[in-house]
Amino acid sequence: MATTEQPAPNIGARKLRKEDPKLITGAARYTDNITVPGMLWLGFVRSPFAHARYTKADVSKALAMDGVVAAYTAADLEFAAPLFMAFPLRDLKQPPHWPLAKDKARYVGDPVAVVVAESRALAKDAVEAVSVDWEPLPAVTDVREALADGAPIVHDDLGTNHAGTWDFELDSPAPRRGDPGPYFEDPDLVKVTGEYFLARLIPNAMEPRSVLAEPNLAQGEFTLWTASQIPHFIRTFLTIELGIPEAKMRVIAPDVGGAFGSKLEHYGEEAVSVAVARELGRPVKWTEERSENYVASIHGRDMYQRIELAATRDGVLKAVRVKLEASMGAYLRVVSPAIPMLGAWLYAGVYDPEAYDFAYDMVFTNTTPTDAYRGAGRPEATYAIERTMDQLAHELGMDPVELRRKNMITTDKFPNYTIVSGLTVDSGDYTGTLDKLLERLDYEGFRREQAERRQRGDRKALGVGFSTWLEMCGLAPSRVLAALRYAGGGWEASTIEMMPTGTVRVAIGTAAHGQGHATTFSQTVADQLGVEYEDVEVIYGDTQLVPLGLDTYGSRSMAVGGIAIHHAGEKIIAKARTLAAHQLECSEDDLEWTPGTFTVRGTDRSADIKTLAFAAWSGHDLPDGFEPGLTATHIYDPPNFSWPHGAHACVVEVDTETGLVDIMRYVAVDDCGVQINPMLVAGQVHGGVAQGIAEALYEEARYDEEGNLLHGTMTTYMIPAAPELPSFELDHTVTPSPTNPLGVKGIGEAGTIAAPPAVIGAVVDALSHLGVTDIERPATPERVWKAIQEARS
Amino acid sequence: MIPTGFDYEVAESTDHALELLRTKEDAKLIAGGHSLLPLMKLRLAQPGTLVDIGRVSELRGVRDGGDHLAIGAVTRHHELNHDPVAREHCPLIAYTAGLVGDPQVRHRGTIGGSLAHSDPASDLSTICLTLDADIVARGPNGERTIDAKDFFKSFLENDLGEDEMITEVRVPKVGAAGWSYLKFRQRSLDWATVGVAALVGVQNGSIEGARVGLTNMGHTPLRASGVESALAGAPRDSVGAAAEKADEGTDPPSDTWASADFRRHLAQVLTGRAVEEALSR
Amino acid sequence: MRRISVTVNGVPREADVEERDLLVYFLREGLGLTGTNVGCDTTVCGACTVHVDGESVKSCNLLAVQVDGAEVTTIEGLATNGEMHPMQAAFQEHHGLQCGFCTPGMIMAAVGVLNENPSPSEDEIRHGLEGNLCRCTGYHNIVKAVAAVASA
Repeated sequence: MATTEQPAPNIGARKLRKEDPKLITGAARYTDNITVPGMLWLGFVRSPFAHARYTKADVSKALAMDGVVAAYTAADLEFAAPLFMAFPLRDLKQPPHWPLAKDKARYVGDPVAVVVAESRALAKDAVEAVSVDWEPLPAVTDVREALADGAPIVHDDLGTNHAGTWDFELDSPAPRRGDPGPYFEDPDLVKVTGEYFLARLIPNAMEPRSVLAEPNLAQGEFTLWTASQIPHFIRTFLTIELGIPEAKMRVIAPDVGGAFGSKLEHYGEEAVSVAVARELGRPVKWTEERSENYVASIHGRDMYQRIELAATRDGVLKAVRVKLEASMGAYLRVVSPAIPMLGAWLYAGVYDPEAYDFAYDMVFTNTTPTDAYRGAGRPEATYAIERTMDQLAHELGMDPVELRRKNMITTDKFPNYTIVSGLTVDSGDYTGTLDKLLERLDYEGFRREQAERRQRGDRKALGVGFSTWLEMCGLAPSRVLAALRYAGGGWEASTIEMMPTGTVRVAIGTAAHGQGHATTFSQTVADQLGVEYEDVEVIYGDTQLVPLGLDTYGSRSMAVGGIAIHHAGEKIIAKARTLAAHQLECSEDDLEWTPGTFTVRGTDRSADIKTLAFAAWSGHDLPDGFEPGLTATHIYDPPNFSWPHGAHACVVEVDTETGLVDIMRYVAVDDCGVQINPMLVAGQVHGGVAQGIAEALYEEARYDEEGNLLHGTMTTYMIPAAPELPSFELDHTVTPSPTNPLGVKGIGEAGTIAAPPAVIGAVVDALSHLGVTDIERPATPERVWKAIQEARS
Repeated sequence: MIPTGFDYEVAESTDHALELLRTKEDAKLIAGGHSLLPLMKLRLAQPGTLVDIGRVSELRGVRDGGDHLAIGAVTRHHELNHDPVAREHCPLIAYTAGLVGDPQVRHRGTIGGSLAHSDPASDLSTICLTLDADIVARGPNGERTIDAKDFFKSFLENDLGEDEMITEVRVPKVGAAGWSYLKFRQRSLDWATVGVAALVGVQNGSIEGARVGLTNMGHTPLRASGVESALAGAPRDSVGAAAEKADEGTDPPSDTWASADFRRHLAQVLTGRAVEEALSR
Repeated sequence: MRRISVTVNGVPREADVEERDLLVYFLREGLGLTGTNVGCDTTVCGACTVHVDGESVKSCNLLAVQVDGAEVTTIEGLATNGEMHPMQAAFQEHHGLQCGFCTPGMIMAAVGVLNENPSPSEDEIRHGLEGNLCRCTGYHNIVKAVAAVASA
């Protein structure tokens, strides 16, 4: 009797990535690698001033140059609507944002005209030949200064830079547990206040933005290749702005070289490129240079935080109250006003107080617009609560780990526990990740060494910092999004097609840009349908090949997209079952499904999925009413967010004379539910932690008084390289999400959320014996040195 | 990142380069291109003609000149870093050449280019100043030797005439003197926030003499003369006090990496450490 | 315009280039070798790293005319007879890439590191790659990949 060997499952296996062969051999198709016949190049004329009026952009000299084909000013290109903004919050002031600024530029880099030339170099030369009669105005770049009386007004018609206020009582669809007001009046409670400024950051996807627009005027059809996370959204936005029907507007995000939120965006350059292609009837390409990217692609963070905690003297957290002032930059981009809101329910972290409040102001400044940067709102929340928990521990004379443990939501509350801010968390094991972290860290051993160094007056001080985190990701239930006043939904769509030869085509509406979707989705489908991993092809990032989709952001691809695929797979199996019953002449109930094969219970008669796929395709012998083909579509709207969590620790050595911080160890224990591919999960954590470390120690984008970006090139903007970062020590726990059939949660943003407070906490801990209690981030050598000086004096 | 247009000429020899430099409109020399091209790509420099001296073999390589090393102007940082003669007789310059930029930059960047660019943040400029190097220049009127201390004039300005070029850098062999170069920067790939070079001789347990050079502490590379005089003939335990004079007479910049005040502080700390490290070598 | 002769990935080429053409644009647009990417405009990120006469260089900071007569190797020329270079294979095996944009330059730089130092320490690997920025991996798996090739 033949024995069947169970194939090793793909889920949970360290499968090598299907994406890699092209990427490691130079065969990738990033947008700038694509050339089409007759292609012209665009160059954008940008404001050199942060705030300046103009009446005329004179393109005549540019037009007279050899090889320059056309030039358009704001007055020359008509758009049916301004650039789309997707979060019309309550009472939000929403000035129109045209792709080319009319009359007035509001930040350095604001585009006012576009030139079209026969080469990249000529386009650059032509940009320099355009003269604009600038009349510079006073500019404001700081959020608080922008709110002060007499500040320059970014949008004249508004008469204020205050764009709006989001208030928990008025705007949260979920009721909070309690009002914190009384707690802060209670004399028996200990109160601490944390005030933090989170520096402006530049996302720095390694691939700069690039677009290529190709028209077919005879058909009224357009194709736009764009380095984007959101081809489906962009298609719709372009329809609204340019009046090209969705079906004639094909948007392709080919290979995309990283994004981190900066390509969760719709840029004016996309609308302009399609408009120019329509004007000229010729394809046009534009690829930004890095310095252009720094002023004209969105930035992140730039926020003042004030967070207050009230706790009992023995360390029970009772209330959390938060107020933020967040920079929007000069315009509202796709989701700018909602970025702080994405953290609105998370400022109590993994803790369980009784009362909660949260609000923020949105403020215009003469700076590059801000929008989503990896984590978007959730790193901000985690930073505030975790740093302030350290402060509370210090105030109470408690160990920071013990304070955290004491206040964690306990595991017995799950599944589906409603936290203080009113949202319901699917599952978690917060003490479990913390315990595992401490085990790996050897916390006691560390404290001994720290004490020894302090005793011998070592100029290199040791410190450890902790961070626990909770994220709401898997964005998002559409009904919740509606309650939050978002313009779109949060579902995801997939179509699975069993091909005649038994290979599987999976079309998915998410749009990968480094995550490895072709790999992980192949793993889940292979296991579910019982086909070879190699036989699954995952298609994404092209609105013509995958018409339905809501793209990739907010750690949603596996938790929402993966589940859409799973349900489509269930439909495939159900349909195959009908066909199998027909072929095997039995009732469907008599069939037993082991992935890949239906067997008639108690017999050796079976039908495999590949054979069924061919039979379904040929249509020769189908049951009555059976649609030919083995194909199914599922659109999945998640019933809840997914809620990964974890605990991180960072150990640093600080040179107390120079302020230089060296990361000795970084230990992370995360729980993203079921891991489809542990190697890719680890990769996401590595990269996220690296960005979080960068945020804590290296990166900031500051402006000078006139609104010029001081960190305007990769030379001055401090992205850490390999020597600056340690090897990371990773571990995990697995608490499956009960909300979805794969038990997955999401891991794309975890590291970026967790790392900054752990790193800053470590630096502060290293210097605590000198009296240092906080350091503004990034903790550059100079800031560390100054903190030591100030503590000493 | 595309320069404005220019003409390009390849020099076959030093004489040919000088002739091209003299006769071509608005001509600039290029060797590795790692000082000039970055400026051209941002259109901050727009020369009319580039004269490429990168192929002039007589300008390349390290030669043992008896009491000194003669380093050809287009010797690349990587070559200087790995040159056995340099490593033996002047480890300070060989070592420091390995700290410039990153590996790719060191494969192309040249010592002559670094000096001619005269950026006060240049590590090798400070080393040449610290070593009292002679910079050999040629022009239409022949060859002259410029003391390093007379070479650097101001920010990105030096003593070279428009029709002159550096052909060689002569640095003394340092014998038994201890040496150190400490380059402070937050990222390995950055320019020095502050750099300190030290060359220290010891006799009978005391410091016989010390030379201390500073990177990025003013408009040019500088010597910390206050430190040097305080250390001359001083006992080894006087380093700490002497180092406090490191920022005397400096005029450090304030920029995104550090304020002038912090640079002054760093200069003191690093000077103490560099001298101690030199004493230990 | 100027005529140059250059051997790219073992193939002798003659081409007319504009004096101001950077090597990276000559490779990408002149020869269609788009594997070499451009990530910055200040010679920092290293995405454009190729080998010229066997040494790693940043092709965004070299004029095409400067490589007249030289041998250039790009990521497309690293494999031999259809076999991936061990460094390419190691990047896949150790998940040393995500979006892949820095990867060609990173691989070329990593090959350069081992050419000069066949058995580097972790610290030497990290410093050897200091001229290449990656935004996805945190370098952890890149360093592992290079170490694996070194110890193979």
